[in-house]
Amino acid sequence: MRPFAYERPASLAEAFAVLDAHGTAAVALAGGTDLIIRLRDGTVRPDVVVDLKAIAERDDGLHERDGRLVIGGWAVMTDIAADPLVRREFTALGEAAQVVGSAQIRNRATLAGNICNASPAADTAPALLVYGAEVVAMGSGGTRRIPIDDFFIGPGRTALAPGELVTAIELPLPEGRRGAVHLRRTRRRGHDLASVTLACAVMDDGHARLAYGSVGPRPLLVTDDTGVLADATASAEARARLLDRLLAGASPSARSMRASPAYRLAMLRVLAVRAADIAARRVAGGAAA
Amino acid sequence: MTGLIPIRVSVNGRPRELAVAAHHTLLDALRDDLGLTGTKECCLVGECGACTVILNGRSVDSCLVLAAEADGGTVLTVEGLAAQGRLSALQQAFLDTGAAQCGFCIPGQLLAAHALLGLTPHPDRAQVEEGLAGNLCRCAGYEQIIEAVLRAAGAPAATAARVEDGAGQRSRPDPAATPDATVAPQ
Repeated sequence: MRPFAYERPASLAEAFAVLDAHGTAAVALAGGTDLIIRLRDGTVRPDVVVDLKAIAERDDGLHERDGRLVIGGWAVMTDIAADPLVRREFTALGEAAQVVGSAQIRNRATLAGNICNASPAADTAPALLVYGAEVVAMGSGGTRRIPIDDFFIGPGRTALAPGELVTAIELPLPEGRRGAVHLRRTRRRGHDLASVTLACAVMDDGHARLAYGSVGPRPLLVTDDTGVLADATASAEARARLLDRLLAGASPSARSMRASPAYRLAMLRVLAVRAADIAARRVAGGAAA
Repeated sequence: MTGLIPIRVSVNGRPRELAVAAHHTLLDALRDDLGLTGTKECCLVGECGACTVILNGRSVDSCLVLAAEADGGTVLTVEGLAAQGRLSALQQAFLDTGAAQCGFCIPGQLLAAHALLGLTPHPDRAQVEEGLAGNLCRCAGYEQIIEAVLRAAGAPAATAARVEDGAGQRSRPDPAATPDATVAPQ
């Protein structure tokens, strides 16, 4: 690994000072499960690595506050997947967190790090999109809230400004009953990156939100107000027409090794229908959402 | 600006003070600075699990943790599983089922299984498969490895193993009392 300096600020103010002083020569270290790979292979070549884990304001927990689930910026996948409120009200996020990497990876990888890396294949991204998450970003200039749909820009690119850190991710609790699910397609069972990763949430009035990743430069969110997506009894033609519209944004790259564009588009359609049916059954059954 | 960083870390119950380079990993520190070569270096991208250790009660790929990040922490490696020359129940089960073929992945498999049994003392087969999904065995000895973990989970000694912050370690004789080499499982 190429040498770099290591800073371990004790407060957010110290962290912002270090990040501002070094600009693009500094990189923030949370769980490290992506960053350390890139430091080793040389795709990230910082002068300074800023370890965020000794910051006094560090919040690695999950809390219910003012009708929202607040996921601390330091919370790891293991804890998100096991959280009772996630399992009850944000099932798709729990399911997504549970398939990120292996147990060893989930013990280190943070949700904040996952979204900041902005991989098109990030498994948690579709769930955050269907749940309407907000990203709390802090920097020396203050705090702002960024809707998750505005946060993702392209591969490795987010709305985060230089020197800003994600200190929390907030998800509003549902106002009605909701069923939701995360599904994905991988080359093999177990520990693998997704060829298609997708989440669907259906409200009890039939309104559906569908988000899909690994089929274009960033994960996409679409909505269906007609009730057709979540209606397993709708005609195949009606659903096919709707899917043509909902999935029109998918543009998988031909350069990816994991799967061909044609395969990804075919599987995206299969998974979208499957997810809508599961989500609709979950809302009807009153099961976890 | 890239000088050595002083760290204090408890390894297998023994307090250690090291000076580490910022760009060296916990895996580097264990193998090269402490001579604990039971922890294996292999893929270096967090896919194979050969470098698995338990850091602050949780299994991690030590190739993806900077040594400096372990400052103030507690580490359990394969050298710390046995006590006073006696294998842990998990190690004994691996031996009894012939789980080790070439043996290279076994330290990582043992630590991943140790962490799994700490959280889930009586896992079913699917839970063992999921718990060990981050540990590859290129001899493909998975059946024997899974059988060993299930067998160890049925033994009272294995269910007593706990991972959080070495709580289970303190109740046993201090592994530091024995030179690492004599308690290494293989």
